[in-house]
Amino acid sequence: METLVFALLNGAIYGLLLFMLSSGLTLIFSMMGVLNFAHASFYMLGAYLAFTITEGTSFWIALFLAPVLVGGVGMLVERYGLRKVHAQGHVAELLFTFGLAYLIDELVKIFWGRTAVNYRVPEILDFPLFTLYGAQYPAYRIFILFVAAFMLVALWYLLKKTRAGLIIQAALSHPHMVGSLGHNVPLIFMTVFGAGCALAGLAGVIGGNYFVTDPAMAVQMGPIVFVVVVVGGLGSLEGAFVAAMLIGLLQTSAISINASLADIFGFIGLGADTELGEITIASMAPMLPFLLLVLILMIRPRGLMGDREV
Amino acid sequence: MTDMTASHAALEPSRSDKFRQRTVPLILFAVVLLVIPLFNPSRSMVTLLNHMGITIVFALSYNMLLGRAGLLSFGHAVYMGLGGYFAVHVMNWIAEGTGIWGSVPMFSMPAFGFGAGALAGAVIGWPSCRRAGTPFAMISLGVAELVAAAGFMFDSLFGGEMGISGDRMNGPELFGLSLGPVDEVYWFIAFWTFIGVLGTYAFTRTPLGKLSEATRDNPERVEFVGYSPQRVRYLVFIFAGAFAGMAGGMSAVQDEIFTPENLSLIPSGAILIATYVGGIRYFTGPIMGAIVMTYMGSNLSDYTAGWLLYLGLMFVCVVMFLPDGIAGIVYGTADTIRQGRAGEMWRTWMLRLVGLALVGAAIITIVEVAFRWSDGYGEVFEPFGLQLTVENPLTWVIGILSLVLGILALRRAAKGGGK
Repeated sequence: METLVFALLNGAIYGLLLFMLSSGLTLIFSMMGVLNFAHASFYMLGAYLAFTITEGTSFWIALFLAPVLVGGVGMLVERYGLRKVHAQGHVAELLFTFGLAYLIDELVKIFWGRTAVNYRVPEILDFPLFTLYGAQYPAYRIFILFVAAFMLVALWYLLKKTRAGLIIQAALSHPHMVGSLGHNVPLIFMTVFGAGCALAGLAGVIGGNYFVTDPAMAVQMGPIVFVVVVVGGLGSLEGAFVAAMLIGLLQTSAISINASLADIFGFIGLGADTELGEITIASMAPMLPFLLLVLILMIRPRGLMGDREV
Repeated sequence: MTDMTASHAALEPSRSDKFRQRTVPLILFAVVLLVIPLFNPSRSMVTLLNHMGITIVFALSYNMLLGRAGLLSFGHAVYMGLGGYFAVHVMNWIAEGTGIWGSVPMFSMPAFGFGAGALAGAVIGWPSCRRAGTPFAMISLGVAELVAAAGFMFDSLFGGEMGISGDRMNGPELFGLSLGPVDEVYWFIAFWTFIGVLGTYAFTRTPLGKLSEATRDNPERVEFVGYSPQRVRYLVFIFAGAFAGMAGGMSAVQDEIFTPENLSLIPSGAILIATYVGGIRYFTGPIMGAIVMTYMGSNLSDYTAGWLLYLGLMFVCVVMFLPDGIAGIVYGTADTIRQGRAGEMWRTWMLRLVGLALVGAAIITIVEVAFRWSDGYGEVFEPFGLQLTVENPLTWVIGILSLVLGILALRRAAKGGGK
């Protein structure tokens, strides 16, 4: 029971962070058809910028300023990079973002060094909020939960209840029609790209001190964000949400399971001393998202809730 | 109808054309391979050449997917890695020398890699080749992550983080090569590089190779004509995996070690960059890309800590401005000269070179100064005796002024200026 509750709580937080990262990517992917390889690099950029701003001023300024800066960088990238490459087709766009991810990684190493920086949870939030089954639960995790939930509601309101959201939703599935109706589609693309990057930056600000802020964080997070987008389905924020929570819960609960394959498949004669039997569920946790990705693409290529195939 | 057949026959290249365009380059390549040892290259140079040979075969196999079939894979190193791992295992069986393994020559390792790569391609390709485009790219990414993770899990097959090492000085000798010293390994690599180039080139001439290009351009029409694009992709995928495995077998003999790192996304990304920078629309593009990238990888890393940054910059610039890569420049230049527009072209090229040199100098200055500043050891970037520090205004003059001037020159050249 104890492990289950903790796994659920931590899984939900991880899932919400994943959703924050992937919501922007889903919007960009569905609208422009670009699977942005550099998306997780913007997440890393957010964490590093927040670290620098926190050192100079305070965490609360960083919480607002860093995502705005990252969003600005994202808009510049779209305006002067992606739009140029767009004429050469999707493969060129994918390759461009792939190279961009390389570049951002290296730039981060130049400016902030190759080792992890000491980006810490702000002191005001650094206390145990409540005690559960004798274990203390840090307040910062609940703070993440609140920020993510706030973002979720704000995004939902923006997309479903405002006129701007209506146009964005239309541009998701029928960009040419939206253009014919007199809307500036390239501007919409740039804004959505920037907003998506800003969301990734926000995830970096609150995730960077929850995990570790080091140059490897983009490479670790990037592929998992893809999995969320593809599993969730094209053009579906709801799908991305479900997929993010699913993967968050799946991974955190798998880590807390100590059983090995021999314990589970022992009845068909898998010995505990064989190499296959020794593998524990916990050590398989990092593989699970990719297993899910391959299975989904094979069985249901449009994802859990997608409205069309990838 | 007779009209059409007549004009069709006229369109076919003549025998001498075929010989000049198809056979002569291969002969030239073989001659280059034979001549290189006459210059008595140093040991480290030979090692570099050997790695170039391996990368050439690997890049050509990758271009069977990316350039010819239009399949963007993020996990091609999986097939080279699995082929190479199998070859290392075979090397160890040869060292034990039990049963039939005692009579297997070390020279044949790439053939074993070829088989293992084909098998891996046949198994993994089945689920991934159903659709092209982004789904294919995503599956290849997922599979690469899965295989790399499995590589760290099954120690008896992949040797954990340390990997598995072998010894190439076992088994019967072929062609009188003991494969001990690097120069003997050179002949081994040269032989198999030639086989790899020949094989991948021959593949482009087969009906399957032609069909793979048709599937890239228009899968629907291929289906109307009566072929299954899915099947074409699958078969091409198997062959690409096989040639990648062959490169793995070559690498197993050259480096005598394979680690799970060889299966990961990093070498997959590197080969993608090398192939694309070389130029995916030309058969020789990947060869040029492999040579340039291997050279840069081994030499630039000695000069600067930021060589990955330069690599990334170069890649992004190629994607944005030079989608045909190095081969595009080479063949484009050759075409213009043949059309007798050389004079005009040289002017544009001079302007372009000046622009590139200025931009390059600016970027190198900024990056090198930034690297030294972020290291914090107080090292100073001193090109040509200049003391370029962060405080020195000259740094920023060189950095910004030449960047602006260079970009202006490049823009002019792009507009066809220079007159």
